[in-house]
Amino acid sequence: MNEKSKFLKNREKLSRHHTKSFSKLSRDRKDLAAHKAMRALAICVSILVPVFILVLFLRARPILATHNISTLLFSTTWRPNQGSFGFFPFIMGTLWVTMVAMIISVPLSLLTAIYLAEYTRPKVRAFIMPLIDLLAGIPSVVYGIWGVLTVVPFIQKVVMPSADRWLGFSPLFQTSNPTGYGVLAGGIVLAVMVFPIIIAVSEEVIRTVPLGLREASWSVGASRWQTIRRIVLRRAFPGVIAAVMLGFSRAFGETMAVLMVVGNVVQIPHSIFDAAYPLTALIANNYGEMMSIPLYDAALLGAALILLLVVLTFNIGSRLVLARISYS
Amino acid sequence: MSQALPLNTHSSPHLRIQDLNVWYETNHALRGIYAEIPTFGITAIIGPSGCGKTTLLRSLNRLLEEGEGIRVKGQVWLNEVDIYDRVMDLNELRTRVGLLAPKPYPLPLSIYENVAYGRRIHGLDVLDKGNGRNLDRKVEHYLRTAGLWEEVKDRLKAPASALSTGQQQRLCLARALAVEPEILLCDEPTSALDPISAQGIEEQLITLKENTTIVIVTHLLRQASRMADYVIFLWMGELVECGPAKELFKNPKDSRTQAYLMGKIG
Repeated sequence: MNEKSKFLKNREKLSRHHTKSFSKLSRDRKDLAAHKAMRALAICVSILVPVFILVLFLRARPILATHNISTLLFSTTWRPNQGSFGFFPFIMGTLWVTMVAMIISVPLSLLTAIYLAEYTRPKVRAFIMPLIDLLAGIPSVVYGIWGVLTVVPFIQKVVMPSADRWLGFSPLFQTSNPTGYGVLAGGIVLAVMVFPIIIAVSEEVIRTVPLGLREASWSVGASRWQTIRRIVLRRAFPGVIAAVMLGFSRAFGETMAVLMVVGNVVQIPHSIFDAAYPLTALIANNYGEMMSIPLYDAALLGAALILLLVVLTFNIGSRLVLARISYS
Repeated sequence: MSQALPLNTHSSPHLRIQDLNVWYETNHALRGIYAEIPTFGITAIIGPSGCGKTTLLRSLNRLLEEGEGIRVKGQVWLNEVDIYDRVMDLNELRTRVGLLAPKPYPLPLSIYENVAYGRRIHGLDVLDKGNGRNLDRKVEHYLRTAGLWEEVKDRLKAPASALSTGQQQRLCLARALAVEPEILLCDEPTSALDPISAQGIEEQLITLKENTTIVIVTHLLRQASRMADYVIFLWMGELVECGPAKELFKNPKDSRTQAYLMGKIG
């Protein structure tokens, strides 16, 4: 075969190939198909949350139908065998642990965010921020293990003896539960877990305060700290609240790390050393077990519904505030 | 530790700039500036965009160095004290050398509190903590000085952000004056304003120059010729010419000043 015929044959093959798979029609059809598939996917993902709420509601309906909603929320009796499903101890458990976490993390995170936004050079900030963000990527079971290995013994051996000596007068610090597993342990672990959220969001919010505002304050002789306290934080206040709400909803819904250190005793805590049983732990520990008890399944899904609604409310609320800040 | 600034005695220049150099990263933005700013009256810094007018102005209360990557070398003598001395107290310096920015930045406070802000910071009205009447009088006085009192006297508690841009700029003027600065730096103070508001600000500044040293940066030659008693002409980071306004506008010595004044360059 001479060179020319080889070339011609090759060209023919190539052009056949082109007409087969790259014809305009087939390309358009592929494009359209991909477009439709991706759109369907996007729609599916975006309606997941409403679907979750709907399914949880439908599955929780048996208990909502037979029990008064206020009884469910405020009754302290949790005896599934006898048909009493009072969520109050669990709600209080969640609130105690979340509150302790916020009391620890909010001041520390805000000071860190102020430092990063106001006092560091961009290069230092660019170095520190990713290290803080890394905290957000640690699996929560690892936090749980850290809690069991470090936080719980620390509370038992160091914090509780000191609390006994100096704070024994206050019921908040009674050490009737000697194990170290309890509200404070859960609060400390959660506090570390919400650091990166509150720090990252509030640092960004603080940096959106225009430089001109700071300069206006400096120009009448206000110091850096006076400017931050009286002007920058005042201006950034709604955003900082949104950051705290985001952290709150993260702490409120966290499960694994908390249930490993919080003690899981069905009671209303009265001291930060008491064991607690948060809603998340209730669901995670019991779903799939003892399902023969009537209404048990519905009760747990009702608890999940409460959890989801509270977390969503805080999340959406803070996102609305933050969106308004970034558009203004 | 802070170094107390001696009071101005009127006879000497208020500010003496000596071999001032500024770098933005590696860009040498101000090159060996020597200038004297007379006590009282209005000194205008003029020149084309990017010639270093604002840089020079902001170096006079050391606001410049708050930016990233900026290096300043040289001396600025305020009443015979070098403000670039290491022991200089920046808060005191900035109290005595105030700034009016190109765009009004009302603090997120009420109209009243905007004016009272600096006085509260410095505890200037400590004695009347009981009734606050002295502070009330001061706030009224400075709002009147800035020509804003009549428009806001019935809504002092309203947020400052509710004012129009022109009103906000006059509020910023009142806020700057309320801490009784001896020098007021004005960075294109009318550039964001409509002509009427701009005229208002110009008139207030002309009244103020009787007992305050005013340094104004402007790219408007007509504004400079209306207001200035003394002029500094900058070109590409260098001081080309400075002198009394009448003389400099009538008989510019340097060819670049001539060209700029005639509108041939810049």
